[in-house]
Amino acid sequence: MARISTLPSRLAALGILLTVLLGGALAAHAQDARDFDALVAGLNAKSFKAKIKAVDVLAASGHERAAEVLTVFLGGKLFARRSDGRIFMTERSGGVYLLTDAVTGADAGQASGKKLRKVRLNNRVRVAIRTALGGLTLLSPDPAKRSAAADAVFKSPNAGFLPTLEAAIARETVEKIKIKLTMTRAAVRLKTGKTDEIKLAAIGTLSDLATPASRALLAGVVHAEGGNAISEAAAEALADIERKLAFWNAVGNIFQGLSLGSVLLLAAVGLAITFGVMGVINMAHGELVMLGAYTTFVIQEIFRTHFPGLFDWSIIVALPCAFAVSGAFGIAIERGIIRYLYGRPLETLLATWGLSLILQQLVRSIFGPTNREVGSPSWMSGSMEIAGGFVLTFNRAWIILFSLLVLAALIVVFKKTAFGLQMRAVTQNRAMAGSMGIRTGWVDAMTFGLGAGIAGVAGVALSQIDNVSPNLGQAYIIDSFMVVVFGGVGNLWGTLVGAFTLGVVNKFLEPFAGAVLAKILVLVVIILFIQKRPRGLFALRGRAVEN
Amino acid sequence: MKKNLLSLAAAGAFAVSMALSGAANAADTIKVGVLHSLSGTMAISETTLKDTMLMLVDDLNKKGGLLGKKVEAVVVDPASNWPLFAEKMRELLSVHKVDVVFGNWTSVSRKSVLPVVEELNGLLFYPVQYEGEESSRNVFYTGAAPNQQAIPAVEYLMSEDGGEAKRWVLLGTDYVYPRTTNKILRAFLKSKGVAEEDIMENYTPFGHSDWQTIVAEVKKFASAGKKTAVVSTINGDANVPFYKELGNQGIKAEDIPVVAFSVGEEELAGLDTTPLVGHLAAWNYFMSVEDRNNEAFIKKWHAFIKDEKRVTNDPMEAHYIGFNMWVQAVKQAGTTQVDAVRQAMYGQKFPNLTGGVAVMNTNHHLSKPVLIGEIQPDGQFDTVWQTDGVVKGDAWSDFIPESAKLTADWTFPWVCGNCTEPKFKTLIN
Repeated sequence: MARISTLPSRLAALGILLTVLLGGALAAHAQDARDFDALVAGLNAKSFKAKIKAVDVLAASGHERAAEVLTVFLGGKLFARRSDGRIFMTERSGGVYLLTDAVTGADAGQASGKKLRKVRLNNRVRVAIRTALGGLTLLSPDPAKRSAAADAVFKSPNAGFLPTLEAAIARETVEKIKIKLTMTRAAVRLKTGKTDEIKLAAIGTLSDLATPASRALLAGVVHAEGGNAISEAAAEALADIERKLAFWNAVGNIFQGLSLGSVLLLAAVGLAITFGVMGVINMAHGELVMLGAYTTFVIQEIFRTHFPGLFDWSIIVALPCAFAVSGAFGIAIERGIIRYLYGRPLETLLATWGLSLILQQLVRSIFGPTNREVGSPSWMSGSMEIAGGFVLTFNRAWIILFSLLVLAALIVVFKKTAFGLQMRAVTQNRAMAGSMGIRTGWVDAMTFGLGAGIAGVAGVALSQIDNVSPNLGQAYIIDSFMVVVFGGVGNLWGTLVGAFTLGVVNKFLEPFAGAVLAKILVLVVIILFIQKRPRGLFALRGRAVEN
Repeated sequence: MKKNLLSLAAAGAFAVSMALSGAANAADTIKVGVLHSLSGTMAISETTLKDTMLMLVDDLNKKGGLLGKKVEAVVVDPASNWPLFAEKMRELLSVHKVDVVFGNWTSVSRKSVLPVVEELNGLLFYPVQYEGEESSRNVFYTGAAPNQQAIPAVEYLMSEDGGEAKRWVLLGTDYVYPRTTNKILRAFLKSKGVAEEDIMENYTPFGHSDWQTIVAEVKKFASAGKKTAVVSTINGDANVPFYKELGNQGIKAEDIPVVAFSVGEEELAGLDTTPLVGHLAAWNYFMSVEDRNNEAFIKKWHAFIKDEKRVTNDPMEAHYIGFNMWVQAVKQAGTTQVDAVRQAMYGQKFPNLTGGVAVMNTNHHLSKPVLIGEIQPDGQFDTVWQTDGVVKGDAWSDFIPESAKLTADWTFPWVCGNCTEPKFKTLIN
């Protein structure tokens, strides 16, 4: 299949390899530097197969610079000079590359990209490098590197690693990594052990490890051995692991459900105010969310150009800005359009829908139709493997927390502030509130502004998990109405329970029914539910509602 | 009073625009219709193609036009609304009387304009990779057919260099292109001895944004002791959250490679690609390919769009090849008359931007090279495999039994897009 490599290039690669191997056999000290030279040059072979061999030989050479060169290669920063093929480690700085000679480690000045050609690699070469580096860094002083090395060796078990593994286990002080190393040793023994006893003991050790990696390893053994004692033992251990994984799978489902629920909650909570409390059918709600996301983009651009060092905090700064921008738009919409349409829901619906199209096209004209890149701060990216293949992704976890904080803040505003009191007074009995001296028009504008501002804040959070494009809002408008209607119009707690219920139900249905059918099922259930309880989960009671 | 003034102004503007269009008619131009969504969901991908067409037309006019006439681009906006595509196509052909149309992205929009373009005997150039199983007399398909994209990509992943995948996840958006492509792939995989239990198929709605469960499912499916690869026909906006979720759940391309057929440079532009390094895409063009023509094309594009950061992609190359072939065909025919141009199109050659020469075949599909690239940290693709020469696009897949019997050939004696035997069989002997 590797049609990219031609026969002559393969021969050339073979030639390089031969010289490398011969050079290794001579092993004269003076020859060392020149050998290493050839080894490094071997990485730039034409075919990926030759490159993999070169990686293995380089790692086995035990040269002190081998690990560094391989790490740089893995990062895709190894370049060859077009003129003479010399290999350099590079660091991009502005328009030029800063060069370090890969063989000597000496500074080699700089060069423009045109003079260099990247030493290419593919997934297969990356696996080879990672495994080789694993062998080289099992004894590294850095615990994180040792842990990564153990993982890499686990995935490609090879008898050559056994002595290093033994040494690593003997001197390991961190309990967690020691367990990992022991499991890796078991994996190597299972794959390469000479006797059945060794293999059976390894299976016994591995059965304690419930991860997708151990499942893959044991399943592979069951396939390969077929019918003997080892395969039976492996199948038994596998069943045990499956049970544990199933439990963590359920935990994962709940987390994913809560996470989807938190996104729904964020999108819907602003609507719970404008639609729930004020009764305005605002079809442009999604676009207010979108404006919040674009505000995040603008703030991040400012940080990128002026304070790149503080980028991690850009999202914190974006929160009040998005609130202000969307809130201002909200107030303008209320004063400019909606206040003339109170009591005419159909006209409100059409007017705000038209407005949503105008806002979309406005953003498309200013920022262009393509997606904008909103970066994640370092504390929000990545994940933590809890157990059994259940991965806690940080951005999702933060968003769950954030959605609850937003809701809590809103409830405080509603229940504990004078503004909240006025808001409730106006929605319950406008005439009475007006005669008590409350400026009802002003309260309407502020309430709508608050709902819109919250939508903007939701946009900041959604920019972390979804596209920042002019269409961002459209995706959430239906879901938001669904949550508010299901939870009970005019009740924030209802919105909370509604959002999380829909999220979890959706995620439990998805594996069985598929994403498309799960959504339809949820919609059908809601329609049936509304037939039974037209006011939703938490219906408001009292005179205000009867009117 | 105010109202009167307004209506007066409107009438004035109308009169001026009428006068202008009259003037344009008088100058006798050749009209090129551009049918790409400039608003709605697909604007993200299609606006770029509209700009590409404007650039190509602009360039041609600078070189002195065509047949001694100026070329004029007529741009309409079908707004990502499938039925509206048909209406706009009718408008282009019967109101604006354009000589040729370059347009469409999604297969569903192409299916929507098909009856119109056939009824009015128009000429459409369709620039996007698609599911095949079609050959219209009035459409030239300049994007890849499945045998120029999907099949080579899967073959690569099965090869030693690609990691020898044995288990397959087919993820797609729920509409005609992914479903048909996966039907072809399933048949292909089975012909290669892949068991039913080693194939997982999953569809999601357009714009799907919550990928947690599906990515977790893929992870579970991949831990069965066999090397697993994902083939993604996920389209449009849904890709960004999908790749973000892959990165967040720590799925590396080395463990589970994802090969995508609808993700190009443009789609990666809104994304931090560092966690995605090594995931793959199969196309007929990558911006990163070192070629003189490509360099010139990128330079021209940057100058036209006035933004050095804008990327180029495969459908842009398809329009570039399609437009240039049409220009050559018009010159040869000496007219823009559709039937004459169609005849002149067959066998038309034009250099690819990635080297080699593209040829238009009598089944209305191109012969083009196939490239497979890995995503790099800078959002570009690095070619890891490519075909030796060009691959001829198949209108009908060999891997679907009922399609394998069909032939598309619009020259004598076949003159048919989906026949089992030539229409003019009796005349051959």
